[in-house]
Amino acid sequence: MSPDSSREPVIEFRDVTYELPQTNASTHGRLLRDLNFSVLRGETMVLLGRSGSGKTTALKLINRLREPSHGEVRVEGRSTIEWDPIALRRRIGYVIQEIGLFPHFTIERNVSLVPRLEAWPTDRTRARVKELLNLVGLAPESFLERYPHQLSGGQRQRVGLARALAADPAILLMDEPFGALDPLTRDEVRREFHALQQRLGKTIVIVTHDVSEALILGTRIGLLEAGTLAGVYSPQEFLQSADPRSKAYVDHLPTRSRLEESL
Amino acid sequence: MNLATFFLRHRDEIFRATLEHIWLVGAAMLLAVVIGVPLGILVTRRRWLSNSILGSANVAETIPSLALFGFLLPVPWLGERADRLAILALTLYALLPIIRNTVAGIDGIDPAVRESAKAMGMTDRQILFQVELPLSLSTVLAGVRVATVLTIGIATIAAAVGAGGLGEFIFRGLAMVNDQLILAGAIPAAVLALTADLLLGLLERRLRPVKA
Repeated sequence: MSPDSSREPVIEFRDVTYELPQTNASTHGRLLRDLNFSVLRGETMVLLGRSGSGKTTALKLINRLREPSHGEVRVEGRSTIEWDPIALRRRIGYVIQEIGLFPHFTIERNVSLVPRLEAWPTDRTRARVKELLNLVGLAPESFLERYPHQLSGGQRQRVGLARALAADPAILLMDEPFGALDPLTRDEVRREFHALQQRLGKTIVIVTHDVSEALILGTRIGLLEAGTLAGVYSPQEFLQSADPRSKAYVDHLPTRSRLEESL
Repeated sequence: MNLATFFLRHRDEIFRATLEHIWLVGAAMLLAVVIGVPLGILVTRRRWLSNSILGSANVAETIPSLALFGFLLPVPWLGERADRLAILALTLYALLPIIRNTVAGIDGIDPAVRESAKAMGMTDRQILFQVELPLSLSTVLAGVRVATVLTIGIATIAAAVGAGGLGEFIFRGLAMVNDQLILAGAIPAAVLALTADLLLGLLERRLRPVKA
């Protein structure tokens, strides 16, 4: 690797506008407008925004679940529409709030999905699944043969993460990954993920509405407001920013004293 | 002569008619599944076809069965053999529940599951065979079950065009005003329908996917 490889943009948004198909673009159809930013190798970019800000759509543009109406999204130097979508998606891990585990597959089959699609040898797949379950803190021997409905929410989210990491993708996309968990489990899974993040060295894009999550996990925070990028900050900059749009979030961080005041 | 001795005396005839009935229904159901499931899948892939496909199946369903058998009689290849004609007519009746349930089964899958499948780089074919079909199997089977019970009933009318089956007894009984003859057709038909319903119901429950 060249010394500069850590500064190399892995994902680039260039003047990206996304309009809903078959709607009047001048009114409600335009979900994202003139988005420009890049995500560098190994960093974790958090897209922070309220519901309806277009953050999920922005994420889906990266693995081409959506295609830009104008502009282009480049992944590893190539526009997503030049990529074969199947090849592109297999290089990108994807974790969503609803997890979307296959209910008819065991945990073993869920996690091994992409390696199987890529026709890895059985031994290698099996070893990889065990490695991944250990990585996300689930004992392989007691989870391999179980089905998703037999697991708790936190355990399922760990399986979802293991599945996304299975073929060792360089890029990981996460949409509100800890959103459906109860606060204690969320903190726990998030803490573990934070530790993993350092070890894995992946390029990660996380979408969330949770400021604390953005501050803890992000190396940079992109603030999305009504389909436009209000700014990109480091966590430090975000906390100190005078921009009313980011201040609004910081002012709502629940500190203990603030909570006690409201009691 | 009571009903039991009547059944006993005519057991060979009743048995033969029952087999004919099973053949008509079985062949029609097989055809209906082979045609209906792919049509249902097609509807989930090409929504604009939904109205024409489901609409046509709906129309077929509304034609009175006796009339449909009559309409098909003059059709060249079909009219040559009564069972051929009957099987085709029964297939048309069985299509709607099968198409509709295939669509409902696939549409009923948790969108998050489909989105994950796509995002992980599964091709449309892989999503269909590894995710959508296994997860909608019990719903499809519920459609097959409804269609089978329906078809067993309608198949009695096939006797009107000489296709045989249990309807023969019913038509003969009606003509001769003989209740025992009517029952010799009606009772086995009812038993067939109940048995099919029970067996397919059991299978359907076994295939029902666990809720995530």
